[in-house]
Amino acid sequence: MGRRVLVTGAARSTGRRLVGALAEEPEVELVVAVDEQEPAEPFPDKVERLVVDLRSPALVRTVQSAGIDTCAHLGVTAEPRAAGGRVSMKERNVLGTMQLLAAAYHAPDLRRLVLKSTTAVYGATAADPAVWTESMPHETPRHGFGKDAIEVEDYARSFERRRPDVAVTVLRLANQVGPNVDNPLTRYFELPVCPTVLGFDPRLQFLHEEDTAEVLLRTILGPAPDGTFNVAGDGVVLLSQAIRIAGKPALPIPEPLVNQVAEVVGRTVDFSPEQVRFLQYGRVADTSAAAEQLGFLPKWTSLHAFEDFAATRLRKLVTEEQVLRLEREVMSLLRQATTWLARELPR
Amino acid sequence: MTPPRERCHARTRKGDRCRNPAGPDGLCALHRRQLAQAAPDPAPDPAPEPAPDRFAPFLEWAEEAVEFLGRRLLGEYEVDEFGHDPDLVEHVLAPLLRPLYRHWWRVETRGLEHVPDSGPALVVGNHAGTLPFDALMVAVALLDEHPAHRSLRMLAADLAFDLPVVAPLARKAGNTLACAEDATRLLEAGELVGVWPEGYKGLGKPYRERYQLQRFGRGGFVEIALRTGAPIVPVAVVGSEEIYPMLANLRRVARLLGFPYFPVTPTFPALGPLGAIPLPSKWLIEFCPPIDTASLGPEAAMDPMTLFDLTDQVRDTIQQTVHRNLLARRSVFG
Repeated sequence: MGRRVLVTGAARSTGRRLVGALAEEPEVELVVAVDEQEPAEPFPDKVERLVVDLRSPALVRTVQSAGIDTCAHLGVTAEPRAAGGRVSMKERNVLGTMQLLAAAYHAPDLRRLVLKSTTAVYGATAADPAVWTESMPHETPRHGFGKDAIEVEDYARSFERRRPDVAVTVLRLANQVGPNVDNPLTRYFELPVCPTVLGFDPRLQFLHEEDTAEVLLRTILGPAPDGTFNVAGDGVVLLSQAIRIAGKPALPIPEPLVNQVAEVVGRTVDFSPEQVRFLQYGRVADTSAAAEQLGFLPKWTSLHAFEDFAATRLRKLVTEEQVLRLEREVMSLLRQATTWLARELPR
Repeated sequence: MTPPRERCHARTRKGDRCRNPAGPDGLCALHRRQLAQAAPDPAPDPAPEPAPDRFAPFLEWAEEAVEFLGRRLLGEYEVDEFGHDPDLVEHVLAPLLRPLYRHWWRVETRGLEHVPDSGPALVVGNHAGTLPFDALMVAVALLDEHPAHRSLRMLAADLAFDLPVVAPLARKAGNTLACAEDATRLLEAGELVGVWPEGYKGLGKPYRERYQLQRFGRGGFVEIALRTGAPIVPVAVVGSEEIYPMLANLRRVARLLGFPYFPVTPTFPALGPLGAIPLPSKWLIEFCPPIDTASLGPEAAMDPMTLFDLTDQVRDTIQQTVHRNLLARRSVFG
């Protein structure tokens, strides 16, 4: 019998990509794609679509009766406005997960639960260690997406205790970028100017959308061990560097005014407050556990992933050609000047 | 799918690897053009005038500076996971500190042979002078005068990572938060790590207590050295106590501003910003013979007695070296 996989959050870019990849695998017999929203492009044939909220009884029936063996929970969202406000976002994230796991508890064939989480669980402060490993104790983010993600992870862990026969793999993904990704951070870089916190230049990590799909696919189909794993592209990119690669001017905002500006900008990019702190202090996660235990090595480094995103999605205001031309012009001007000086000045 | 971009294969004028992204032929736009120009016409200019050799050094410097600015403008440089930015250190931070090292404090450095050319080591020093210039000078000494030009990765208080402007510079210079996780990670990666265990107690002590080493924290640095097997290199700095002689500490002002202390020196705050100019004392930095920790084994890190003993040994070594070098110094500004 083939694999029967249920994917939540299936209509968003990551979910849609994963569902497509799963449908192409011969060993996969059925994919149930759960999302209230319409996907950008229709799902392939093998996919059964379930247009419901995570809290709906129809989901419970499907999880229990369709012989689902793997549940990939991608339905935790970081976008309060798209979810209809912060309260509604929390409802969906936390209560939706509770409902899903409650249904999964009674699913007889379930063997694996894959949770797409985020490195935002580590928060972002000045007193953070430079590089987070999965086991380091971290301050619990007090609000927003990070808090939701921690609560969701806690539910997944308690589910693991109640259903020891189900392998639970939690993937803490770094910020995703790529030609098709649309999230608050990609929208931030698409702004005409990028507001930053004056005097701060955080370290960021990026994960290319291809690697996101690959690690999810591998965890669902491969012999993945249970546990929690950080997933990010190798290396780090500084915010200032990212903004320059994006070819945008930065707009440094003094710290006392940051919250007001964030409120205004937040309306366009759908930022939550802890993402503002992320742009102040940054965050880097260690990915060696994913390399050693999952055998997953991302194809794209953080820098290359971001360069790909910038090349495909952004219109640069400052281009490489312009800078190189300027370099040449300055140098030829200097050469002329020194030649002139050498000729005119007495020996 | 586009593959990740390759870096250019050419070398810059200085012999470093070119950091620009490469095109399909493995070269960046700049080097492609340079090589194309060099190849087809071997005698481009009929040498209209004698080369301005007087200005050759200047032109070379200018070319490097322009290339550097171009790289910064395009974001084409790489930092490690701690945020260390060697390109910025080489072209901006070190050139800013070098005049202080060479001309202002006329630093004399001894015992550099005690710092290994490669592999991990924990450099432990005394801390004084209100602002951590002593740490910066030790870093300059290792970068400029050590035969292997080693980068010192210093452990700093979290205040350094919460202050605007200071925070990103601290990271880019290669420093990180003073916590066991970061120190262990750096040592395991074979880096040279610097630690100043006196912390604020040393930095913010009054002038009358100069050159009296404070308590060495709780000896956490020894535990990390033992666990990673990295040798401890004590370093004694003489001269840093006199740069801002701290006569009093305005605790209330400090608390108001969120600083660990607020110094009153003969010139600060009386002379305003001018008072922030450090006094030009004569400095002497001496690296002492390394203390081996690998032979004790990682299990020694569990034994508090060993930790206390080693901590005291390091502290005494530094204290004695400081006293010896103080006696040898002719005068504060000599």
